[in-house]
Amino acid sequence: MRLLRYIGKRLLHLVPVLLGVTVLVFFISHAIPGDPARMMAGQKASREAVENLRRSMGLDRPLHEQYLRYMKGLLHGDLGRSVRSQRPVVEDLKDFFPATLELTLASMTLCLVVGLPLGILSAVRRNRPLDHASRVFSVCGVSMPVFWLGLMLLLLFYRNLQWLPGSGRLDVGLDPPASVTGLYLVDALLEGNRPVFLNALSHIILPAFCLSYVYLAVITRIVRSSMIAVMEQDYVTTARANGISEPVVILKHCLKNSLIPTVTIAGLSVGELLGGAILTETIFGWPGMGKYVVDSVNFLDFPAIMGFTLVVSLSYVLINLAVDVIYAFLNPQIRY
Amino acid sequence: MNGDLLHIQDLSVRFFTYQGVVRALEGVHLAVRRGEILGLVGETGCGKSVLARSILRLIADPPGRIMGGRILFKGRDMLTLPMKEMRRIRGNDISMIFQEPMTSLNPVFTVGNQMEEVVRLHQKVSRKAARRICVEMLEQVRMPDPESVLRKYPHELSGGMRQRVMIAMELSCRPDLLIADEPTTALDVTVQAQVLHILNELTRARGTSVLFITHDLGVVAHLCDRVAVMYAGKIVETAPVDALFRSPGHPYTRGLLAAVPSVDEDREVLASIPGVVPGLIDPPAGCRFHPRCPAARKECEHLEPAGVEVGKDHWVFCHAGRGKVKGER
Repeated sequence: MRLLRYIGKRLLHLVPVLLGVTVLVFFISHAIPGDPARMMAGQKASREAVENLRRSMGLDRPLHEQYLRYMKGLLHGDLGRSVRSQRPVVEDLKDFFPATLELTLASMTLCLVVGLPLGILSAVRRNRPLDHASRVFSVCGVSMPVFWLGLMLLLLFYRNLQWLPGSGRLDVGLDPPASVTGLYLVDALLEGNRPVFLNALSHIILPAFCLSYVYLAVITRIVRSSMIAVMEQDYVTTARANGISEPVVILKHCLKNSLIPTVTIAGLSVGELLGGAILTETIFGWPGMGKYVVDSVNFLDFPAIMGFTLVVSLSYVLINLAVDVIYAFLNPQIRY
Repeated sequence: MNGDLLHIQDLSVRFFTYQGVVRALEGVHLAVRRGEILGLVGETGCGKSVLARSILRLIADPPGRIMGGRILFKGRDMLTLPMKEMRRIRGNDISMIFQEPMTSLNPVFTVGNQMEEVVRLHQKVSRKAARRICVEMLEQVRMPDPESVLRKYPHELSGGMRQRVMIAMELSCRPDLLIADEPTTALDVTVQAQVLHILNELTRARGTSVLFITHDLGVVAHLCDRVAVMYAGKIVETAPVDALFRSPGHPYTRGLLAAVPSVDEDREVLASIPGVVPGLIDPPAGCRFHPRCPAARKECEHLEPAGVEVGKDHWVFCHAGRGKVKGER
């Protein structure tokens, strides 16, 4: 019950945070030199046409007036109209956000499914061959630039081996599953559509790995070091002295204790994956928000930039809230 | 010996560290008899805890390794047992309580979860029966409201309560031997007395043998039947409690006893043993105590002393036999 009240309180905190975000992003993005009306009208348009366009877009009003008008729309769920696509920003986000979310979730799953066991094994077999191998794997992950990794993956698995597709979310000619969540993998499962599911899966493997590698490396190292710290605790000796078998000692008594730092890092990573998918999406032609926002910035498409930033910061705050709630389940000393 | 429950013979343990090889235990002989409370005393770092952990093979390898010797428990050598057998003994036939009650229970599981896990591991009983055993055990260590304690997490209990939980948990499977590694050192004096009382009462009633490790001679005098004195990785004297306090045989034991301040005496300066505890990477040859010994002779420098029985059941490992020096009372 107290937890629910805590969650409610935290959700209320969202309001000032998001308000702050809108102020910051609005004024900073309008400080970018360049003239959206001119961009839109094109290089060859007459001065008069540009002025008309500026007036019709409301860009001739003072900045604070523009901001208030934007906020008024926001309260009604209206994020404005994208200058570039001429569609409501909400519609654009609905199209592009699920793709990015799917890529992010797939990357996070990969991080946890590979990083957790690898970190645990490295801790248990400390300074043995497996640990050394995992260290090399992690150092590669942290130090390899994403664009290079992406190109190498494409070269190897797409061009040379031809094991996996190189771009998009589905093969050309396949219809996407009926949209429920917008995540193709989930929707295909819900629909029971096996070929589409497998096809979507094969498309997401390379970009998901490319995007996750850095965080996978970080999570592996965090799990390893926190496991090692926990394994030296007295209560682990107590467990062993009580005759509890080694797998139970590791997976029950050690793991739960060492998950707290891991969850912190994983939570931060999800946020960064969401906002940081731009390069990966570009390399793999992934039709997500990353590509959308880069194009919007180039076009000085203010409503689109604002919409993207709001969605990302909202996700960030929600993920951190989720992390705090998970803490309470992991550590009984944390009570809200 | 027939009455021996546990018989440690010629046990050597070393730790391989970057600084060098630490000879933590060298040729240790020790026996724990059925139903007795044996005190193991010595300064910090003399190898008491290593000895305790070696018995259950809890020495982390690396860096530590049991180099040789035998640990006979009911006639079986524990050092050659397969790990599966060893786990059956741990917590069931031999259990162990540690020094730090604050850290020896897992902070993220409830007391009940941890106690039941041990009970159900060694006794094939239902969850409900295990719960009942836990409640009974907590009652026996005089825990008020056992049911609610089982639902609590360790951080919700005080140090003394946690140590009582540990005692309850470790005695729940009716072990033959309880190893208590300084179980009261971290507690307040009043709580300490209470915990010792409970420990004494419960183990005596059940006929459980106890290897009680401490550096507190007062506790030894109060609780133990027999005492073994350890110095720098070796046992230097074993004796019944009365004999040890009445006529300590080893110069080190005498030094220890002299260092205990007494209220009757009016001393300005507390007595101490001159010199420092030797490092165990390169321990002194011969008798390890000889550089600090007031009774040291020539042979002490290169010859290891053999055991001399100076009284009934009273063994001293010293070249000086009874080890008396002229001028000493």
